[in-house]
Amino acid sequence: MKKTGAEILVESLKHEGVNVVFGIPGGVVLKIFDVLHQQKDVEVVLTRHEQGAAHMAEGYAKATGKPGVALVTSGPGMTNIVTGLADAFMDSVPLVALTGQVSTSLIGNDAFQEADNVGISRPCTKHNVLVKDVNDLAHTIKEAFYIATTGRPGPVLVDIPKDVSTNKAEFKYPERVHLRGYNPTYEGNKYQIKQAAEAILTAKRPVIYVGGGVLFSDASDEVLELAELTQTPVTMTLMGLGSFPGTHPLSMGMLGMHGGYWTNMAMHQADLLIAVGARFDDRVTGRLADFSPGAQVIHIDIDPTSIKKNVDAHIPIVGDVKTVLRQLNALLRSMNGNQSDLKEERRPWWGQIEEWKRAHPLRYQQDEKVTKPQYVIDKLFQITDHEGIIATDVGQHQMWAAQYFKGSRPRTFLTSGGLGTMGFGFPAALGAQKAYPDRLVVCITSEGSFQMNLQELATAVVYKLPVKIVLINNHFHGMVRQWQDLFYEGRYASSYLGKIPDFVKLAEAYGMLGLRALKPAEVEPVLRQGLEHDGPVLMDFHVDPFENCYPMIPAGGAHHEMVLEDPPDLRKTEKGTKKKVEEGEGVLPA
Amino acid sequence: MERIISVLVENKVGVLARVAGLFSARGYNIESLSVAPTLDPTTSMITIVTQGDDRVIEQIIKQLNKVIEVLKVVDLTETNYLDRETALIKIHTRPEHRDEAIRIADIFRAKIVDSSPTTYTVEVTGDVDKVEALINLLKPLGIKELVRTGRVAIAREAAKASVRREPQAAKA
Repeated sequence: MKKTGAEILVESLKHEGVNVVFGIPGGVVLKIFDVLHQQKDVEVVLTRHEQGAAHMAEGYAKATGKPGVALVTSGPGMTNIVTGLADAFMDSVPLVALTGQVSTSLIGNDAFQEADNVGISRPCTKHNVLVKDVNDLAHTIKEAFYIATTGRPGPVLVDIPKDVSTNKAEFKYPERVHLRGYNPTYEGNKYQIKQAAEAILTAKRPVIYVGGGVLFSDASDEVLELAELTQTPVTMTLMGLGSFPGTHPLSMGMLGMHGGYWTNMAMHQADLLIAVGARFDDRVTGRLADFSPGAQVIHIDIDPTSIKKNVDAHIPIVGDVKTVLRQLNALLRSMNGNQSDLKEERRPWWGQIEEWKRAHPLRYQQDEKVTKPQYVIDKLFQITDHEGIIATDVGQHQMWAAQYFKGSRPRTFLTSGGLGTMGFGFPAALGAQKAYPDRLVVCITSEGSFQMNLQELATAVVYKLPVKIVLINNHFHGMVRQWQDLFYEGRYASSYLGKIPDFVKLAEAYGMLGLRALKPAEVEPVLRQGLEHDGPVLMDFHVDPFENCYPMIPAGGAHHEMVLEDPPDLRKTEKGTKKKVEEGEGVLPA
Repeated sequence: MERIISVLVENKVGVLARVAGLFSARGYNIESLSVAPTLDPTTSMITIVTQGDDRVIEQIIKQLNKVIEVLKVVDLTETNYLDRETALIKIHTRPEHRDEAIRIADIFRAKIVDSSPTTYTVEVTGDVDKVEALINLLKPLGIKELVRTGRVAIAREAAKASVRREPQAAKA
């Protein structure tokens, strides 16, 4: 019996094991929503904005490792998910975006709510396809999921014209995908792996530098084995947090622009970098000319374009991180007779790192009057013992969260790395909560980021997603203000947001619990009350508006050129701004 | 340094846009481009002439390899190759110049493929130097219009063993 395109789509989703899609209906996808409405296997989460849907699908994918699915209408529905696609593309998030399109007979006619979905999304998707014939729909969906989840994962967009969803065809879901131009390399080159093993055993000051690829390849155990086998300290990129236990003695935490002093110094002094599923982003490397000047580089990545893009690799290994590390670990085990010797050999290196750490640990001064933002985050992690899933937004709070996070479970630190999308955190937290209704999901955000997607409070309440929002409220675009302090002589151009809105009332308006902590003494009680609450909660923490995030490698600086605290001549405020902040004024009048 | 890259692709809508987009998104210019189906009508060959140092070209080739519909990428510059382009050149021909135009065309083994009382259209095929030399000689006569195909290139048979530039160039 023939099925309509909409039925074929929904059946295909079931075959792919999809049980939730995030989206908003509209003219050309009504048929698809109608079919979804009449079945129970695939649940629809109706979001309040398509951008929310895209980030929820990302949060779902980052937390589970399974592809997230967003379903939106043509024109503005599609253009609203572009940020989510670009974010997923940068951070290698497996995402399948299903977009409606005007009927095939109208394409190109400037029809109502028409946009060139495939053209707009081409530079920010791994692949995209316009389906022009209902007979092509099933295999296109199969291919979309295959491409999104294999190799270096990424977003795939399938554009479905209205008549394709209403036309009928025989449905047979293909069992296999054949794409003659797409064959990711999984196994590493044996000769290169041997070279790598020899380099690792002879290095005096090695560092393992891991990125998000470890999470998507599910290779945390292999990284742990490599680190212990070779007694090598491990640093994680922002995207890699959670892939190596933060409390492990070999963990050095995050590196890069706001990484630890000891971590960046270790990067600078290293004689061997073992880069695993990382791409030498500029926020990680700082000034390339002075990046790890004495280090040989082993670079393991499934994406050949990541290798030698920014930093030259002496031993490049293209392959799946998990597969390559298994090969490498097996070889190391057979080569390395005496592990305790290695531990002894590397003691001076580890001692040096410990010394750097003692000299300049992460620190903040909490007094009785004004809450420090780091204190809120530190307390949160103390109370939750780094359990639960953390989703962050973008800015100072994100960096503090990354600095203080010591979680040991993969896929528990969800953040927007490459694109740096403010507004990512809250919907991503909702997506993760949808995947794991019984786990603790905390969104660490700020008033600036949160207001970029706060409409999804409705989604949290309607779908009973008990996300705990920890809002670090400093009344500023904090990271912007920090850069203005450091590089623009304290002129706060368009960075002051004021004490608006009243977030507690906002939460209450959506029918959820809102809490506020104005003083340091209120922080812990509010956190405890919020975390114990049986439902979504918004906790508004008013913090020191002028706290800056350190260590910091200034833009264009190298790892050893970190700034560790506010320079003594720092102009803390532009004339009048501090007064306005203290008096609680709303927004700056013109 | 000039590079000639041939890219075998699926003969499908949007593939050229994706390939061209890889260049424009990184600020690399395509100097010439030619696209046509191969013996197998489901595939097309794209020949791209571009400029770049080794690092840029390595990145371009890797990025091209990453496109799902790209089947094979060969940097012909790395090997011994033949390249040709065709130009159609419409020239003004006053009566006293008509013989001269034919003589120049003959020297270059070019053909007069269209003629009117005041113009000739000359067709020439050859490598870039030859085509440009002809254009330069015809300029004094007055070139009314000029179209060039962009280059196509093919590896010489004896050199084929070494044409694959990136043995590890897998997709991701």
